[in-house]
Amino acid sequence: MKKAFLLLTAIFTMLSCKHEEKPKEVDLSNSIFQLDSTWEDQNGQKIKLAELNGKILVIAMIYTECKTACPMLTNEMRNIERSIGNYDPAQVRLVLVSIDPKTDTPEKMKAYLKLNNFEGEQWLFLRSDDESTREFANVLSVKYKKISPMDFSHSNIITVFSKYGELAYQKAGLSNDIKDVAEEVKEQIKKS
Amino acid sequence: MSRLKQLLKIKKLKQFFPNMKPLVIITVLLFTLTSCYNRYNNVSVTEPVKSSVHELVHIPSSKEMKKIEGGSYLGFIGKDSGRIVTVDSFLIDDSPVTVSEYLEFLKKNPQWTKSHINRLYADNDYLHNWEGDFEIPKNVDPNSPVTNISWFAARAYARSVGKRLPTIDEWEYVGLADEQTKDASSKPEFTEFILNSYQNKKTYENPIKADKPNYYGVYDMYGMVWEWTSDFNSVMITGESRNDSATNETLFCSGAAVTTSDLKNYAAFIRFAMRGSLKADYTVNNLGFRCAKDI
Repeated sequence: MKKAFLLLTAIFTMLSCKHEEKPKEVDLSNSIFQLDSTWEDQNGQKIKLAELNGKILVIAMIYTECKTACPMLTNEMRNIERSIGNYDPAQVRLVLVSIDPKTDTPEKMKAYLKLNNFEGEQWLFLRSDDESTREFANVLSVKYKKISPMDFSHSNIITVFSKYGELAYQKAGLSNDIKDVAEEVKEQIKKS
Repeated sequence: MSRLKQLLKIKKLKQFFPNMKPLVIITVLLFTLTSCYNRYNNVSVTEPVKSSVHELVHIPSSKEMKKIEGGSYLGFIGKDSGRIVTVDSFLIDDSPVTVSEYLEFLKKNPQWTKSHINRLYADNDYLHNWEGDFEIPKNVDPNSPVTNISWFAARAYARSVGKRLPTIDEWEYVGLADEQTKDASSKPEFTEFILNSYQNKKTYENPIKADKPNYYGVYDMYGMVWEWTSDFNSVMITGESRNDSATNETLFCSGAAVTTSDLKNYAAFIRFAMRGSLKADYTVNNLGFRCAKDI
């Protein structure tokens, strides 16, 4: 009996991998998951971008004190999320990245997400140090400048990254037309 | 097949250890569990590759640095117009980083060579005229400033020599000096000198330090190459090139348009416009850099 069991197990072992696809060759040379900067999320958890590997990312850079463009950007993020339709939250991350990391503490980031009803694992708010923030902004081609103790001027750009971290789509300006962004995210979900 | 062999071996062992059956079963089960693990991992790629800025090999630099006493000046641009810009004391390279200096960096940090650089960090014109990863083109003076360098690459170089890029405020502060004075911005002939220097072509082919140094002993602030600054992407100009359409004015939060505080700052305006047009992965044949350092 035990021999039979052994044999079965052995056969099972051999078969189990047979249908596994060959590893897909993915060119990671332009992946943002290579950036080594360390971030902190709304729960105060330290996080590396590489930990988001495998998730489709939708990213906007904002700051919580902003009274002008950021609420609109935030609203666009909300509309994008709604327009994606049904999706598995484990596949997607909608990420707000702070350009004012000194002010935007995890408490503030958490409160901001809550205020906007951005609940669920798919919503992330990240901050880092000034240097890493500027590097990250440069990867997204986002420009920003502190113009007063409370205020920044900044580009209004929403970026979609594939699950491999490749830049897939960028929307610049507050056009309110988020359809293309949502379509891109859907496309990325279909691919994965 | 190797799994089968392994099983057979275990069976032979069993002759010597009759009570091994449970062990064998556990082994096989364990093996089963782990056998697919690696493959699965390969599918969802997790390994960040080596070429991170943070894994730099430090290299010595013999570049001379000049001390710049802190101070303040009247800002040039946009919301800064009329703002008093204050700069702490710092050190700055007395000249732009040269081709041969950059080559030393590449030798120790091959992940930044032309063929290995992360495509996130530079466009296709990176080190444009270099023939190989470690080969300076024959017609290029090793003592000329290195150009076709992205912001990421310039920053990596600076880190590797234990320095950083200067901020815009710092660069502009050093740039106020002519040969005799710290702040020559009110001299019309100085403005004229700068504007003229912007009209010379192919100055990036010249060796560094051929002209006279300024008040601080710093060479080639003008008349050689444009230079990267750490915060170049803080310059925002409406009508910037990334989206030449009607939606342009909505690109920026506060619509910080360029308003020169003074016509005589036209030269500064050119520099700011140039910075505003750059992206961090851009490489241009008349854009180089020099490093700075805190004191």
